[in-house]
Amino acid sequence: MSVIYLDNNATTKVAPEVLEAMLPYFSDLYGNPSSMHSFGGQVAQKIREAREQVAALIGALPDEIIFTSCGTESDNAAIRSALMTRPDKKHIITSRVEHPAIRALCAHLATQGYRVTELSVDKNGLLDLENLEKSLTPDTAIVSLMWGNNETGVIFPVAEAAHMAQERGILFHTDAVQTTGKIPINMKKNAVDMLSISGHKLHAPKGIGILYIRRGTKFSPFLIGGHQERERRGGTENTPSIIGLGKACELAAKNMEKENTYVKRLRDKLEKQLLAKIPQSRVNGDTANRLPNTTNISFEYVEGEAILLLMNEHGICASSGSACTSGSLQPSHVLRAMGVPFTMAHGSIRFSLSIYNTEKEIDFVIDKMPAIIERLRGMSPYWTQAEQACTNQ
Amino acid sequence: MWEYTDKVKEHFLNPRNVGEIENPDGVAEVGSLACGDALKLTFKLDKNKKIKEAKFKTFGCASAIASSSALTEIIKGMTLDEALKVTNQDIAKYLGGLPDEKMHCSVMGKQALEKAIENYKGVPATETGTKIICECFGVTDKEIEQAIRENNLSTVEEVTNYTKAGGGCGGCHDEIQKIIDRVRSEPKADGKLKLTNIQKIRLIEETLEREIRPSLKHDGGDIELIDVIGNRVIVATRGTCATCKASDITLKNFVEHRLKELVSPDLVIEEVPS
Repeated sequence: MSVIYLDNNATTKVAPEVLEAMLPYFSDLYGNPSSMHSFGGQVAQKIREAREQVAALIGALPDEIIFTSCGTESDNAAIRSALMTRPDKKHIITSRVEHPAIRALCAHLATQGYRVTELSVDKNGLLDLENLEKSLTPDTAIVSLMWGNNETGVIFPVAEAAHMAQERGILFHTDAVQTTGKIPINMKKNAVDMLSISGHKLHAPKGIGILYIRRGTKFSPFLIGGHQERERRGGTENTPSIIGLGKACELAAKNMEKENTYVKRLRDKLEKQLLAKIPQSRVNGDTANRLPNTTNISFEYVEGEAILLLMNEHGICASSGSACTSGSLQPSHVLRAMGVPFTMAHGSIRFSLSIYNTEKEIDFVIDKMPAIIERLRGMSPYWTQAEQACTNQ
Repeated sequence: MWEYTDKVKEHFLNPRNVGEIENPDGVAEVGSLACGDALKLTFKLDKNKKIKEAKFKTFGCASAIASSSALTEIIKGMTLDEALKVTNQDIAKYLGGLPDEKMHCSVMGKQALEKAIENYKGVPATETGTKIICECFGVTDKEIEQAIRENNLSTVEEVTNYTKAGGGCGGCHDEIQKIIDRVRSEPKADGKLKLTNIQKIRLIEETLEREIRPSLKHDGGDIELIDVIGNRVIVATRGTCATCKASDITLKNFVEHRLKELVSPDLVIEEVPS
């Protein structure tokens, strides 16, 4: 059975060009980029190129790019550096819909003497900038707000928020793990101080990330060790992955338009058709401010895990915000923060596409989903009542 | 992804007895949409008062659907007395086991069965004297106690896996711990909580470590567990205990007494010559 992969916000396929670029650095070109000999030096040269490729994608300078091991490390490094370099400030502002890399870190810091404000979002998952403005205090060390939400794809007004923080001399960090490569990012045109990127969300391998640090921003390293990354991140460079990520960024820049035309069209088709064919379904999150590849749809009166496992029978991969898939007993914190009723949250499915998806695949999913939902609703004790209530209206 | 057994997958993909019996003899609904799983069970008896037919409708994950399917298969052909003896463990066993975090699905099946039989017998569905412990999922003290007894649970996390209690805001964790402490200190003479040999040895070791060793050490003595043969607990005394003339009395009156109280009333302590 062939796999139809619509779970690209979880992870992506390594692009064939990326893999090809990496392979020599596992075998023949294994030198340490820090070495004095030219065998290692040639690898250092490739890392310089990769750093330039990354910088070019987001309009940054190469020396503003630090390679890390993942998005989570980048997030941790950013927040902890802000607190270390501003030791007199004890206040952190974030939102209720952040990725666990930020949420759990902030919850931990709240037990270590820091005050954490979690900004709420409205029913469409949008942030209220006035609310942010009111929360900024002289004691605020850092504001960390995600750029694009991993579950709903909703985009936060990061440029405006960063500007507000900058005006008050407060550091601003954004988790751009889901955004990078999907919508244009230009660090020359915003006031973001630090930004996190994860390789495996843009067709590079897992285990490689980036932290952007604006030139002039004080930085306290998270991993202390050798002089790598200009003493901002110790540890021998993950050379194959760094070179792969450079290539992936180059490809992402090239594919940006395809992402916002081809992928967006497929996503819109999938969404429109599913809503039309399946009664009592709705989209979670603002559809105007959204990443082009993501749709989060709730199917009422059925449970997400059961939906996913039936989709799995057809080889269709996606995610759910239901309690049974969240690893806890409560549905997704993002959907709860948006006030999505539990009846809807339990039956939410996230489809996230990539440039590798085809129209044929989307048609297949559109064809299979109605029967899957109908089958589970046939087993649901609530559906008969709900269906009757609908037809009586 | 959950590691479901083939049996769970099979019952999820091909559930038996889906639906609702018209004019059932017993009916029950447990769970709720908000909680993420719910089960409606209906059954009909034959002229010999055996369950002729049982059907379910379930909103929930794969293991909730599979547990409901298993439940209906298990109880078909049983008398109501037999059916009342079905435990959530029986449902889990029928499916070749469930992941720990999914045991609450089997408990939901057991609860629906009990309620449906109560419904048939005309017993009022609302229990008296129970108290909601977990507000998030509406779990009562009685439900928690029953899950602890029937599944030999000992931590809050286990109680959450089996009943969902404590899986929301976490505000009731202290209360759940108190219920665990209370239930586990009850005499286990009813035989429901039969310990396996390994569980028994572990419990004896824990009790020695926690309850006994500190006070012996206070007097410069110590005790070591050598073996457990049936109900005979073989120990060796160390330090000042080994030379103390009163150590026999200490062993019988203090150590054995505590072990009988906390592990099993049948235990007898024996000392090996040091």
